[in-house]
Amino acid sequence: MRNPRYVMLVDTRLCVGCKACVLACKSENNVPDGYCREWIVEDIWGEFPDLRAEIRSTRCNHCSNAPCVDACPTGASHFALGGVVLVDHDACTGCKACIASCPYDARYVHPDGYVDKCTFCLHRVARGELPACVTVCPTRTLHFGDANDPHSEVSALLRSREWKVDHPETGAEPNLYFLV
Amino acid sequence: MTSPVHETVTTRLNPAIDPALHIWGWEITVYLFLGGLVAGLFILSALFELQKAKPSTSSGMRSVPLLALVLLSLGMGTLFLDLEYKAHVYRFYLAFRPSSPMSWGAWILLLVYPVGLLLWLGNLPAALQLPVLARPMAVAQRWRRPLLWLSVAMGVGLGLYTGLLLGTLSARIQWSSTVLGPLFLTSGISTGAALLLLLPLHADERKTLIRWDLVAIATELLLLALLLIGYASGSSAARMAGAVFMGGAWTASFWSLVVVVGLCVPLAMGLLEVRKHLPLIALTPVLVLIGGLSLRAILLASGQETGFRLLP
Amino acid sequence: MSWSRREFIQIGSVALGATSLALGGRRSLFGLDSPDVADPHTDGDRVVATLCELCFWKCGVLAHVQNGRVTKIVGNPAHPLSGGKLCPRGTGGIGLLYDPDRLKQPLIRRGDRGSQHYEAVSWEAALDHTAENLLKIKAKYGPEAVALFSHGFGGSFFKHLLNAYGSDNVGAPSYAQCRGGREVGFQLTFGAPVGSPEVLDLENCRAIALIGSHLGENMHNTQVQEFATALSRGAQLIVVDPRFSTAAGKAKHWLPIKPGTDIALLLAWIHVMLSENLYDHDYIAKYALGLEELKAHVADKTPEWAAVETGLSAGQIVDSIRLLAGARPAAMLHPGRHTAWYGDDAQRARAMAIVNALLGNYGRQGGFYLPTKLPVAKYPGVPAYATKPPPAPDKPKGVTYPFADESLAHGLRDASVPGTAAYDIKGWIVYGTNLMQALPEPKKTLAAIQHLDFLLAIDVLPAEITGFADVVLPEATYLERWDDVAVTPYKEPFVAIRQPVVPPMYGSKPGWWIARELSKRLGLETYFPWTDAGQMVEARLSAAGFDVAQVKKTGVFVAKHKPICLEEGLEPTFATPSKKIELFSQQLADAGFDPMPKYTPPEEPPEGQFRLLTGRTPTHTFGRTTNNRFLSQVYSENEVWLNARIAKERGLANGEMVSLVNQDGERAGPIRLKATQRIRPDCVFMVHGYGHESKGLHFARGRGGNDSKLMSRTKIDPLMGGTGMSVNFVRIEQVTP
Ligand SMILES: Nc1nc2c(c(=O)[nH]1)N[C@H]1C(S)=C(S)[C@@H](COP(=O)(O)OP(=O)(O)OC[C@H]3O[C@@H](n4cnc5c(=O)[nH]c(N)nc54)[C@H](O)[C@@H]3O)O[C@H]1N2
Ligand SMILES: Nc1nc2c(c(=O)[nH]1)N[C@H]1C(S)=C(S)[C@@H](COP(=O)(O)OP(=O)(O)OC[C@H]3O[C@@H](n4cnc5c(=O)[nH]c(N)nc54)[C@H](O)[C@@H]3O)O[C@H]1N2
Ligand code: SF4
Ligand code: SF4
Ligand code: SF4
Ligand code: SF4
Ligand code: SF4
Ligand SMILES: [Mo]
Repeated sequence: MRNPRYVMLVDTRLCVGCKACVLACKSENNVPDGYCREWIVEDIWGEFPDLRAEIRSTRCNHCSNAPCVDACPTGASHFALGGVVLVDHDACTGCKACIASCPYDARYVHPDGYVDKCTFCLHRVARGELPACVTVCPTRTLHFGDANDPHSEVSALLRSREWKVDHPETGAEPNLYFLV
Repeated sequence: MTSPVHETVTTRLNPAIDPALHIWGWEITVYLFLGGLVAGLFILSALFELQKAKPSTSSGMRSVPLLALVLLSLGMGTLFLDLEYKAHVYRFYLAFRPSSPMSWGAWILLLVYPVGLLLWLGNLPAALQLPVLARPMAVAQRWRRPLLWLSVAMGVGLGLYTGLLLGTLSARIQWSSTVLGPLFLTSGISTGAALLLLLPLHADERKTLIRWDLVAIATELLLLALLLIGYASGSSAARMAGAVFMGGAWTASFWSLVVVVGLCVPLAMGLLEVRKHLPLIALTPVLVLIGGLSLRAILLASGQETGFRLLP
Repeated sequence: MSWSRREFIQIGSVALGATSLALGGRRSLFGLDSPDVADPHTDGDRVVATLCELCFWKCGVLAHVQNGRVTKIVGNPAHPLSGGKLCPRGTGGIGLLYDPDRLKQPLIRRGDRGSQHYEAVSWEAALDHTAENLLKIKAKYGPEAVALFSHGFGGSFFKHLLNAYGSDNVGAPSYAQCRGGREVGFQLTFGAPVGSPEVLDLENCRAIALIGSHLGENMHNTQVQEFATALSRGAQLIVVDPRFSTAAGKAKHWLPIKPGTDIALLLAWIHVMLSENLYDHDYIAKYALGLEELKAHVADKTPEWAAVETGLSAGQIVDSIRLLAGARPAAMLHPGRHTAWYGDDAQRARAMAIVNALLGNYGRQGGFYLPTKLPVAKYPGVPAYATKPPPAPDKPKGVTYPFADESLAHGLRDASVPGTAAYDIKGWIVYGTNLMQALPEPKKTLAAIQHLDFLLAIDVLPAEITGFADVVLPEATYLERWDDVAVTPYKEPFVAIRQPVVPPMYGSKPGWWIARELSKRLGLETYFPWTDAGQMVEARLSAAGFDVAQVKKTGVFVAKHKPICLEEGLEPTFATPSKKIELFSQQLADAGFDPMPKYTPPEEPPEGQFRLLTGRTPTHTFGRTTNNRFLSQVYSENEVWLNARIAKERGLANGEMVSLVNQDGERAGPIRLKATQRIRPDCVFMVHGYGHESKGLHFARGRGGNDSKLMSRTKIDPLMGGTGMSVNFVRIEQVTP
């Protein structure tokens, strides 16, 4: 069977930084109080009144060449279906090597001891639903799908729109694309 | 395109990640320091014996393997304290992940114990040579030379590992340098020598060790210089990482504790001792130990903060 | 909708086939590892379709319940206002339901008003005490001496109770402090208000201009969705705002206007539209009157003239209106919502309505649509109210606001000071509105309360107003109760219901139950024939012919789409006296007002002071969610925005704590300073709803600054009595640590 490559696209032209995605993620995934799996970055360039803004929702990049998977001594951090990077809670020692190795600071230590981060809501995707953040977003900023499927919406968008990834120089090969 | 003024707001506020990454504290500092120290002890004591071609008779040298194991256990203790999921510590030994220095380290640490134990058994002080130990002692003595070589190799592995552990974490720009492995290894050797100098040794042993320590300190200075040159001549990211020692927040502590107290003063005092045949002052090795600990502490703390988030 | 369904299946087919791979793909080590697809198990064993009440938009939501606890709240895909998507607050109902600071039992005041000294009592005692006081007022002054202040869906039952009791004095801060000016301006021009949800076909719009409306921070769900859809289809955006709002960051033209000068800009825009022939001739000829008068009125309102007034460049003014008009009729000047700014707000809304009329977008696709509404009778079988109450005493003696079409909340407040209005208000019922923050001039609110015979507050949280009540009744939250049937005029008319998701916690009770218990004690039980609101909802739905079980299951019934615009074959009609769009308003002329909007320059801030502007943050609704710990995780305190250059000149650092002091010496703060390029140098901005003082709000108390305290002055709109609130000036004081 063809192996999917799951990616998420963030349309920076539409994102209003409302954080509905952050909060939906928290309640869908039971993220403990005071922690988040995803966050918002607001960049403003220029001086009044010549300003330019970019707002984006961001999270783990599910890197194809994930340094966190390389750094993990136990195999707890691993690639799952569609290249999604997951942490197996039972195999995690909380050594935090993966946290130090992540160029995007996308991980945190869950109060229960294991390291946690965005899962691309694989539990939803596996039963045919979109990730919680994608579903809730009122501006339809977020798109999720299989980049290996040339007919998918994400493939079409990656072909038709200009995009960038966060810090490509890390070599981690991120799978979170920002449409500009 | 990019105008001079840039405002950025990030909503992420994860404990220990924001506003600046700080996941590793004193536990890992002590672990890295003791790991290097133990590596130095193994390398030096083994080389010493290989050079002399006979086991040392000083009580200091004879106790080294055991002392090393005690120190290593202490280090593993602090490493354990740092684990967030302590009940899962056994998971280190259900996998070997070649891409993970942490995994290499976990297994190397396991190897150190039997080797150290055998080295100690092979040169037991007379008072401890109990009849029950006769057979293991005989084995240890038969394999003494290969064991000594193994101990050197293992020491080098352990010493390098303490640096590589950080050096391979390229997400932390300051650590991401090939110099870190050799630097921590040399620092381990020099702190090892310093600790040995504080033990009861024969005079000739002492003399040789001082010389070796001086070579180690000089090498370390060289490596530090390389590290700093690497930052200064590297990408903008590297320059940013190096800036913490050159005008940035860690400048004072780095230059005073690591460079002056830990390296330059001991180097000068050591040279004086060797040249002028002055009696050794206990202060010199203590300074070296302080310097070694400071090096780990400062690199660990400052390096964590040099992530990609600091870049535009 | 169809888009997301397709995407769903597309991913589904890949993933479902691969689930086995996902679950079995990684070899488990000695059976010690968790499965690859770690499910957080937040899906409910029960899912209830209901309506959100974190704000007043009433989006359809699905609440997931697991072992009696609400685990998550998601959008209801069947509901037209949410379409399965939610604003950030919608998810946060859990934070309200499980707020440890909730009102838990009825309270009767024991100390002075405002001393917050209360005794917890039984419902029996609290209701008896309340009814006794209401009967006393009725006997002594007449029933009209009781006023209801109400905001929120649940208020309808108390309005019903009050009407039955004999008073029609109902006021909400969502009129004179909010939409009022806009509604009057549009009513005068087109013969209909804009309403809520606003009748805007934003998604089909090709060019949108926003005056202040900070969509993206203002998170009315459907509008934000349509706004984004329009942008993603390439609509052009023009944003007029003294602040570089989120929307401004997406605009082709950002016009950082000097606050209070919008009418000058609007007149110049009209000037350019008329002089450059950018308006819809046929449409205006057919539907409007007063073009010639308008032409004469704006003849000298050149872009150059407006540039001086507004601080914008003439080029910007011309370019932006050309861009907007170029897309007509699918072009819109958004009418805004919170328009209580400068006291000439109805006239500003008129100017905005005129621009829209010239764009020819009223009753057109991509403009203002003509909604339809389903016929659902009110309470079937309930008798008509016995008395016809006198008009509300909501204006000072001798003053008229001829175009006000709802009661003024602040006017009812002021009528509580004896002898100032047509008659005195002696008792207040306050439902779901925190008058201490929602009304400007809080000192007047305090003074009015001291004159009352009785004050009943019904709330879910110990908001400031509850600290002044004689009786406080804890209502069950929206997740624990039935409310009325929502009959919403929309593109596709629909009805939707709120139903309880979990039983009421603590000693709280649903609004219907409270109103009904009071009705029994007031001898009005014939008006409340159903024991719970669920029965009433069923009765209303079945009387209107709906399949009750189906509506309960999906939470909503959406009727077939009927034509809503010219393009769909619906000819627009205008309920103005002339039955036309009135560019020139004879009504206004007859009442002695300017028949066409005039520009008056705003007051300049005194030296060293800044004009205070307020707005929203996406994650909160006024002060009602600032104690919500779930929502506050991503934004817990407001900041005061100050231009970065000015901050630097004054030695103020970004992030430092400051106090704000207004022209009358009123203070707010400490509040964090946000030194930013994103605002003009002559004003400051803060999000409304912070700086709580109520002891019971353990989380929100003392967080951020309270803008309402700084609104010690208002400018009253002579047409409709709205309270212009952006007329206050503040200076910034450093807080010495
Ligand atoms: N998240 C969230 N969303 C909400 C609400 C909420 O509480 N929270 N409340 C809802 C309600 S009831 C309402 S009424 C709406 C209000 O939402 P809007 O109608 O969008 O709000 P306004 O108060 O009109 O606009 C505030 C904006 O106007 C700008 N502004 C201030 N003065 C001037 C001026 O003189 N000229 C111009 N051109 N701009 C100016 C401010 O900088 C700010 O960006 O929001 C609704 N949506
Ligand atoms: N200074 C200033 N004043 C303003 C504005 C501003 O921007 N600045 N905005 C104005 C605008 S646009 C508006 S629409 C108004 C809004 O004014 P209000 O609607 O009065 O808003 P809040 O002050 O948040 O009061 C809401 C109250 O309802 C309570 N509540 C919440 N849910 C329930 C419930 O289910 N049942 C009951 N019984 N109570 C409940 C909350 O605890 C809170 O006390 O404010 C206006 N006033
Ligand atoms: S919900 Fe959508 S618009 Fe809001 S912050 Fe997230 S991605 Fe951006
Ligand atoms: S973003 Fe970080 S945590 Fe996520 S896959 Fe990449 S390296 Fe790993
Ligand atoms: S913390 Fe857990 S997931 Fe991260 S590297 Fe250590 S064992 Fe692996
Ligand atoms: S994909 Fe799921 S886990 Fe990841 S950010 Fe979105 S909601 Fe959170
Ligand atoms: S707009 Fe947001 S808060 Fe208001 S009803 Fe809808 S989901 Fe709830
Ligand atoms: Mo409002």
